[in-house]
Amino acid sequence: MTDQEILAGLAEIIDEIAGVPADEVTPDKNFVDDLDIDSLSMVEIAVAAQDKFGVEIPDEQLKDLKTVQDVVNFVSKNS
Amino acid sequence: MTGAKVLAFGGYQPDRVVTNDDLAKLVDTSDEWIRARVGIESRRIAADDESVTDMAEAAGAKALAASGLAPSAIDLVIVATCSPLVPMPSVAATTAYRLGIIAPGAFDLNAACAGFCYAMGTAAHAVMAGSARNVLVIGAEKMSSWVDWTDRSTCIIFADGAGAAVVGPCADDEPPGIGPVVWGSAGDMSDKITVTGRTGAMQQDGQAVFRWATTAIHPVAREACTRAGVTPADITAFVPHQANLRIVEAIAKKLGIPRDRVADDITHAGNTSSASIPLALSRMAEQGRLQPGTPGLLIGFGAGLSYAAQVITLP
Repeated sequence: MTDQEILAGLAEIIDEIAGVPADEVTPDKNFVDDLDIDSLSMVEIAVAAQDKFGVEIPDEQLKDLKTVQDVVNFVSKNS
Repeated sequence: MTGAKVLAFGGYQPDRVVTNDDLAKLVDTSDEWIRARVGIESRRIAADDESVTDMAEAAGAKALAASGLAPSAIDLVIVATCSPLVPMPSVAATTAYRLGIIAPGAFDLNAACAGFCYAMGTAAHAVMAGSARNVLVIGAEKMSSWVDWTDRSTCIIFADGAGAAVVGPCADDEPPGIGPVVWGSAGDMSDKITVTGRTGAMQQDGQAVFRWATTAIHPVAREACTRAGVTPADITAFVPHQANLRIVEAIAKKLGIPRDRVADDITHAGNTSSASIPLALSRMAEQGRLQPGTPGLLIGFGAGLSYAAQVITLP
């Protein structure tokens, strides 16, 4: 899967869970500061990402994933 | 074998209302933050001299009155609780005595927030096996006495209260009114919700519990439906443990149960552990939100970790 495909999939998930329009989900966006996504929504996003990409994102890793690009990199590296 | 059914519910909440603004005076939090994270607007906290037994008695009395049964008709009392101040005597024996129930079987059951569904299952089994005719099932908690009021991750969530149900036998030609209980535990996650030591306070790994509750619980609810021969679409009242409104909504969404059928009692009751399900049911009954004769789905989950679910025919 390309980074672009992961980004598109992630944007769908974020729209579904947090109601953030997909076009706002760009790589440099910070989840907390830019997209107003809290830690519980991050857990839901991680779970949905696992279903979609088959990559588990444990809680310990989750706290280090601060931007959209961080998640794309993590999924890309572990898929 | 005789089936069991729920005859009536009853609930009790302490008088003292604690708002989010009240908590913002104790810890660094805000009304907005609490509403967004857990969905609680206010909760009830027991008076200093009000015990788990006092609340169990109040809820039990209401359920008993609503059932129309005399205290003498009850021969087993089960209290689900994880928060009495002392491990003995049981809450159940004293509660039964105060309610005028003469010499019933009486015991407390601790499965933390899953306790009420474990107790409901146990009550149904007792009726079905013929070891009890009518059972008073109570969930009663004084979580406030086990909360660290300087810990903003827990003190905003937990609250006090009690709820009760009367369980009795079905008529000969009546289908079972309490479906098979689906229960289980995940002891490998026992460290996620704990009280350490006799004077310790509750600690919770909120993120891990949230992940577990939003991923592992809806399949259990689905299994309880299957075992009872219904589908989630048939459920007219879904009453999960009122842990956190976002968990409640996430589970309901996974099951495809529309919001108007889902208990949201947490908004004004807080998380009352084993009391939350019967408390929500009693309020929904008062509000006319329970359709008698239709299937309701109950599921408790919490420390242990432990969980239990069953479908009941709503009284």
